[in-house]
Amino acid sequence: MVNFESIADLVELAGKLGKSLADVVRQWEMERSECSAAFLQEEMQRRLVVMREAATKGSTLKEKSFSGLVGGDAYRLTQCDLFVGPVVGKAAIYAMAVSEVNAGMGKIVAGPTAGSCGVLPGAILAVADFLKCDDEILIQGLFTAAGVGEVVARNATVSGAMGGCQAECGTAAAMAAAAVTEMLGGTPEQASDAVALALKNMLGLVCDPVAGLVEVPCVKRNAFAAVHSLVAAQMALAGIKSVIPADEVIEAMYRIGLQIPCELRETSKGGLAMTPTAQAIAERFAKVT
Amino acid sequence: MGVFDIIGPVMIGPSSSHTAGAARLGQMALTILGEKPLEATIGLYGSFAKTYKGHGTDKALVAGLMGFSADDPRIRDSLDLAVQSGLKVDFQIMEDANLHPNTARFSLKGNSGKTVKVTGASLGGGRIVITQIDGYQVEITGDYQTLIAVYQDKPGIVATVTKILAQENVNIAFMRVSRKNKGAQALMVLETDQSISEKAIAAVDAVPTIEFVRLVRPL
Repeated sequence: MVNFESIADLVELAGKLGKSLADVVRQWEMERSECSAAFLQEEMQRRLVVMREAATKGSTLKEKSFSGLVGGDAYRLTQCDLFVGPVVGKAAIYAMAVSEVNAGMGKIVAGPTAGSCGVLPGAILAVADFLKCDDEILIQGLFTAAGVGEVVARNATVSGAMGGCQAECGTAAAMAAAAVTEMLGGTPEQASDAVALALKNMLGLVCDPVAGLVEVPCVKRNAFAAVHSLVAAQMALAGIKSVIPADEVIEAMYRIGLQIPCELRETSKGGLAMTPTAQAIAERFAKVT
Repeated sequence: MGVFDIIGPVMIGPSSSHTAGAARLGQMALTILGEKPLEATIGLYGSFAKTYKGHGTDKALVAGLMGFSADDPRIRDSLDLAVQSGLKVDFQIMEDANLHPNTARFSLKGNSGKTVKVTGASLGGGRIVITQIDGYQVEITGDYQTLIAVYQDKPGIVATVTKILAQENVNIAFMRVSRKNKGAQALMVLETDQSISEKAIAAVDAVPTIEFVRLVRPL
């Protein structure tokens, strides 16, 4: 029976079985859930379809969310000259598009959460455009990402209320970094370094949403985190190592999460949520509703 | 957790706890009532009480009561759809520091006049737990096939029910019985590894002193 507790376990299993992280995660899920390989494939394909639909819909969306705070920014990005390059530009567009669809009560795939739902599709769909690859590669990437998310959920937390934004967007970026690394032919070790590099740079990030909504700063942060995951993957693919191994970074993320005061963990009692502008927005919003 | 808990759920935004979890709570309350609700009073506690408008928690709870799942785009319009379908909903902002911060308490009245009170909490990531049914403490997550039965507290009832399941080769993963007083009405909750057939449910329903049976399928 395939089982893992850590990123190191995943990498070791991949080495022992001569498989990618994605295939180790597939085998684990098959044994754990007693579902067939075909069922897993279908379920993941269904999720990919929802991700792509959200990215496409969000890229043309001009409508504002119920609060009026977000909406139309992914579209705005599609209308400009992407001096940052097509992959980075598209990752930002797709990530923000999916997040805007989420804020507008549209259909998305939480990954690992709804607040961070743009990061993973943003990164992998932009890379797929670059690779011009078929869906199979993307589905593999989603399994890789799921394995990373599973380890974080098990050994730390993916909840903003418990660990701040580092637990949500940080984990999403780590998942995306591993997925992109494997999609581009990186080894399981490189994917593990990508996880560590991506998460390290998001440590300490707090969750301070304006008026308690999954909108500001969440939507734009999804775009930043998606781009961020690409840089981590790029570094790992170049053979750059993380000095601190992925599992220790995950553990550090959890400890930091516990040390973040409650005001900065999804309660909207600190940080950006307490700025004069945010307070005015919250007041206005309370009157409207 | 599993792969599809991490890459998932597929859901209507914006929040897995405040929207997807809320829809699941509504669905669970509907299943426990067991018929179309005509009246619903929904008490909102903690973070649900403070941020429900911005997260569409109200829409999602009502959508669940109409049987819509967490990924149903009709969640957006559920309040209007409820009015059209004859479901009267009243929201109450409540306070109780002892409850989980994302708690909803449903008081439902169905189309045959039956009533039920269901309390549940949204735990994050779309996961939920039902904590109370008509004053009985329970712990139903919807992760398993769950059989809920209300019966007269007397010897042999639990054995009769478990025997019916055993004959169907259904393994019980978790089980809990609770009662308010000795010999009074009691409640049993059985979570099983295999699915429970309609035939088995009918057999349980036919056991003397069992007042009602509900089957909750994994959400």
